[in-house]
Amino acid sequence: MITKSNLYRKEKIYGYLFILPPILGLLIFTLFPFLYSLYGSFTDWDGLGQMNFIGLDNFRDLFSDELFYKSMYNTFFLMLGIPIGLVLALLLALGLNRKIPGTTTFRVIYYIPVISSLAAVSIMWNWAYNGDYGLVNQFLELFGIKGPNWLMDKDTVKPALILMTVWKGLGYTMLLYLAALQSVSRSYYEAAELDGASGFQMFRNITWPMVKPVTFFLVVTNIIGGSQIFTEMNIMTPTGGPEYSSASIVFYIWDKAFKNLQMGYASAMAMILGIFIFIVTLIQFKMNEKSSFDGD
Amino acid sequence: MSHSQRTKVTNTIIFIALAIGAIVMIAPLLWMLSTSVKEKQDVFALPPVWIPEVFQFSKYKEIWEAGPLLSGIKNSVIVAVSVTVIGTFTSSVAAFAFAKLRFPHKNKLFLALIASMMIPYPTVMIPQFMMFSKLGWVDTLLPLIVPGLFGNVVMIFFLRQYLLSIPDAIIEAAKIDGSSYFRLYSSITFPLIKPAIAAQLILWFMGIWNDYLAPIIYLNSPETQTLQLVIANFNATYAIQTDYPLIMAASIVALLPVLIIFLIFQKQIIESVAISGVKG
Repeated sequence: MITKSNLYRKEKIYGYLFILPPILGLLIFTLFPFLYSLYGSFTDWDGLGQMNFIGLDNFRDLFSDELFYKSMYNTFFLMLGIPIGLVLALLLALGLNRKIPGTTTFRVIYYIPVISSLAAVSIMWNWAYNGDYGLVNQFLELFGIKGPNWLMDKDTVKPALILMTVWKGLGYTMLLYLAALQSVSRSYYEAAELDGASGFQMFRNITWPMVKPVTFFLVVTNIIGGSQIFTEMNIMTPTGGPEYSSASIVFYIWDKAFKNLQMGYASAMAMILGIFIFIVTLIQFKMNEKSSFDGD
Repeated sequence: MSHSQRTKVTNTIIFIALAIGAIVMIAPLLWMLSTSVKEKQDVFALPPVWIPEVFQFSKYKEIWEAGPLLSGIKNSVIVAVSVTVIGTFTSSVAAFAFAKLRFPHKNKLFLALIASMMIPYPTVMIPQFMMFSKLGWVDTLLPLIVPGLFGNVVMIFFLRQYLLSIPDAIIEAAKIDGSSYFRLYSSITFPLIKPAIAAQLILWFMGIWNDYLAPIIYLNSPETQTLQLVIANFNATYAIQTDYPLIMAASIVALLPVLIIFLIFQKQIIESVAISGVKG
């Protein structure tokens, strides 16, 4: 006979058994490497020989390393694409939220760059930014503008990367905004219309507050994603660009760790990146708590 | 103008704006496609030639000889299929346990998994590399495959949320009937959440197929490289010879599989992304 306590014990065993793989995965591939990286950041680890504990030397060196500042600055500069992308995507979503023909087709077309391989589109944009024959300059030529050699000039390489990342991510942002807009009840707008509210007033008082949580979610995830940008520069500017002006922080970590075998130094940078992402995520959690109280 | 007329005019303007935007979005990819079938002199023509006079498909033959494209596809398929099939299984079983079974510390363990999402790959990649190099796995596909087999936290999270909306009564009834726990999962839960699993699996597949950072760290020799690395090398090698049709043809081949999957499953993919984003 199956007794109740017997049943429960079995359930417990199976429960642990079923969650064992991801828990083991967490310990082996995330937690252990993370702690190792933390320790490594205090050593002169070259990946081959011993790890000598050198205290805060790596961090001290970092703060006088010009390339570290440069790659940090570049990474943050490229995030200028985030607000541009958000505004464009919200406008698109507002358009697509109306009763017009072809909305499904539009959604699919705008989303295609999102699912496309980043390596392939980086190759494509690399060619599009070619100074002599690139698509971008040929387009500018129509207006009589002589475009620069985008990726070879330290002043244009970052705007070029921003344009590309906005193009790549627009469909995703638009989609989340559209989903949020569709969850807003029509009755709010109808009521506002009866009260004689203008289109702008409706946007400010109904639409904007309703999409605010999504905006916040997108800002946070875009900052986290943007702080890890790598593939684009690795393919388009394999040496880090003119005067290292397109190298991101992950590019610099990768360069130090796997090209120069300065694993300890690279780990220290990885820790700074980790702390930055931790803080951003923490802010998200705090804000989420707050907004759920606001909602009640 | 009446209200409905005004709406009509506004909608027409918006439609035109959206159409122009759509053309701008798709133009670079169409240009890539058109370049891949161009003759060399057309590539550099001013003004740009969008539809070449002669379609030259020879580059699509040449690419298979020009680099290890075929083995790149094979490697990408091996990694993506083995990880998504086995990883989806482990993830969905775990999601089932987290949502429907009772055991101590369940929520704490779940929270630990969720918290681990906060640790970004670049902060663990160096020790992971050292670990796999000690095992002698560098320049094999194993470092790309093995971690994925243990499951995917995003997927577990998504499926758990999905399962919470399914009433416990069905599970409880089967439990009392003496059904085994694995059967509870395989014959009751799994069929119920199949659509959610499918959408998540496709998204994960696309993520692995398009991954670049992990492969570039682990894979050196041409025969072990995944498709994304192979085409990146095409770019590095043939750009000097300005053989852009060849590079573009290879890139199109890299894009095509996910593009086809996307066009077939676009409805489920778009829905799944919209749900996870808005809830996230």
